[in-house]
Amino acid sequence: MSDDIEIPEVNYVSGSGVPIRGNDIDTDQIIPARFMKVVTFDGLGQFSFFDLRFDEDDNQKDHPFNEERYQDANVMVVNANFGCGSSREHAPQALMRWGIDAIIGESFAEIFAGNCLALGIPTVTADSETIEALQDWVDENPDGDIEVDIEAETVTYGETSVDVTVDDAQRKALVDGVWDTTALMKSNEEAIRDTAERLPYVEDGKRV
Amino acid sequence: MVRVSQGTLYDKVWENHKVTELPTGQDQLFVGLHLIHEVTSPQAFGMLRERELEVAYPELTHATVDHIVPTSDQSRPYGDDSAEEMMAELEENVRDAGIDFSDPTTGDQGIVHVIGPEQGLTQPGTTIVCGDSHTSTHGAFGALAFGIGTSQIRDVLATGTIAMEKQKVRKIEVTGELPDGVEAKDVILEIIRRLGTEGGVGYVYEYAGEAIENLDMEGRMSICNMSIEGGARAGYVNPDETTYEWLEGRDEIPEGEAFEERTEYWESIRSDEDAEYDDVVTIDGSELEPVVTWGTTPGQGVGVTEPIPEPESLPEEKRDTARRAQEHMRVEPGDTMEGYDIDVAFLGSCTNARLPDLRRAARIVEGREVHDDVRAMVVPGSQRVQRAAEEEGLKETFEEAGFDWRNAGCSMCLGMNEDQLEGDEACASSSNRNFVGRQGSKDGRTVLMNPRMVVAAAVNGEVTDVRDLKEVTSA
Ligand code: SF4
Repeated sequence: MSDDIEIPEVNYVSGSGVPIRGNDIDTDQIIPARFMKVVTFDGLGQFSFFDLRFDEDDNQKDHPFNEERYQDANVMVVNANFGCGSSREHAPQALMRWGIDAIIGESFAEIFAGNCLALGIPTVTADSETIEALQDWVDENPDGDIEVDIEAETVTYGETSVDVTVDDAQRKALVDGVWDTTALMKSNEEAIRDTAERLPYVEDGKRV
Repeated sequence: MVRVSQGTLYDKVWENHKVTELPTGQDQLFVGLHLIHEVTSPQAFGMLRERELEVAYPELTHATVDHIVPTSDQSRPYGDDSAEEMMAELEENVRDAGIDFSDPTTGDQGIVHVIGPEQGLTQPGTTIVCGDSHTSTHGAFGALAFGIGTSQIRDVLATGTIAMEKQKVRKIEVTGELPDGVEAKDVILEIIRRLGTEGGVGYVYEYAGEAIENLDMEGRMSICNMSIEGGARAGYVNPDETTYEWLEGRDEIPEGEAFEERTEYWESIRSDEDAEYDDVVTIDGSELEPVVTWGTTPGQGVGVTEPIPEPESLPEEKRDTARRAQEHMRVEPGDTMEGYDIDVAFLGSCTNARLPDLRRAARIVEGREVHDDVRAMVVPGSQRVQRAAEEEGLKETFEEAGFDWRNAGCSMCLGMNEDQLEGDEACASSSNRNFVGRQGSKDGRTVLMNPRMVVAAAVNGEVTDVRDLKEVTSA
């Protein structure tokens, strides 16, 4: 039953980083549509950024996800409007399955950020200088530890600690462990029914 | 009785559908219509099974198949095994849950954002969600409609509700009369170009003003459709007589007295005259010209007679993307898009594959032929659109000119079936996204434009200002 599902609190993510540079990286680039012809999300990780990582003949191109030094990274550092375009949850699912646990960036497309939250992946934001400095630091320190403190809204790396922003609802959901909303919302069944019955176009759970 | 509240349509519909506030600070909203398709729903049904949950409101849920459906030979099993697997999975899921399914045998199948309105499932003052970002389309009717991810589909299936944070509302007023040759598509491309692809993040867009009010429902749908390309998760137009007339008599719309009553509800959710907006933007519609994209985001657009911008002339954060886009598209700043060679013309997608789109395009095509170097296809948005178009003789018009006339589906909008760009082909497309790789080839080049511009490009083999092409026969 739904009550058995443990929803972990996400207060804190730490690990090494991987920089993904560029604004407006859309979900078609994160996971090309042809890899969505599947009925489960299993195995999507290997197709993350596929067309940016491989040419026609499947030869590797220059991309951080191909680089040996970033293979253990779990904190991705991106620029502006990351995850725009199609609403496919396949995108964060692929990144999560590749190993990403948190994303730091200048800004995120809303549906993408919502999809990340539903998987317990924080999407924290900071201004462009902060992001670029962090990306450069990750280049130099591929094994260096980045600590993302969701509750305190800080990111610490090397000797540096910077303030970042975590959207209020996202922070609460992660920190209190209520980011998986199914059970929570289901417990309001009566209020749901009342709301539905108040609407002029619904009766007994049917359209009228 | 329904609560009557004040403010914008967004405020009112939100308030009507609010179940409660969640501990996260988000609101739990009741979902009046849940549309599902084959690509984003199977995993959600899987999650439901894992948790031993049932579909809470199957009768407020409706399914179609659009993304993977072949647009040529639709006999089962589909030639593509993975497409067949997805279709079979959807069939099983809807059968088990008792969900209505507009599958191709019903004659009602089509792109989810075309069939919702045409069957009257989409109604003013309702909340609509679908695991598809272009759900914003349904806002054209004054519905609150937004795309959701698969985990949220699970929530909606399991509870009939969704957790959301309320957003700000930006009113976009398009004043004046649109000049000849300028369509709804040009208006939205212009809006995105001005406000940027992330300009709408955190906002819902209310489209208003004379130019919007004068549009037919299909035009309003084209505009709301691309709200998401402007970063806004939802966009809407206040419902009016045009809306009610369009809806009356459709399958799911109440009749007679019930219709009158429902219209009263629809009227009541219109934004109040004195509603407050978080932002207001005004655009003079009478100054617009057809807009085409030169780059690889929908915000990289330009009037068809205007020069492609120098990256240096753009705000700093846009320069890099612009440079890369110009390299990919092989365009030079200072040139116009007019004359850009086209290999493929795609008239289709949930933005522009409805009957009036096809009609207007057909009037340009009549008496002309597709250029020798171009392969051109028309993919109606739904089986109903297809039948209506065939009855009017539009199919012949297109076929005589050398267009390929296909069955309904998403087709080359995203290249998940066999309709794809090859190599570095350039495509004049009536769809909504020109991202690299979007149409099935990572070297493919997509130029977004209105449907009449698409067929003009098909005929001339290059991007053409449709205003220079006379309609050969009067309509
Ligand atoms: S036509 Fe294109 S944009 Fe519309 S639903 Fe299909 S794939 Fe998405």
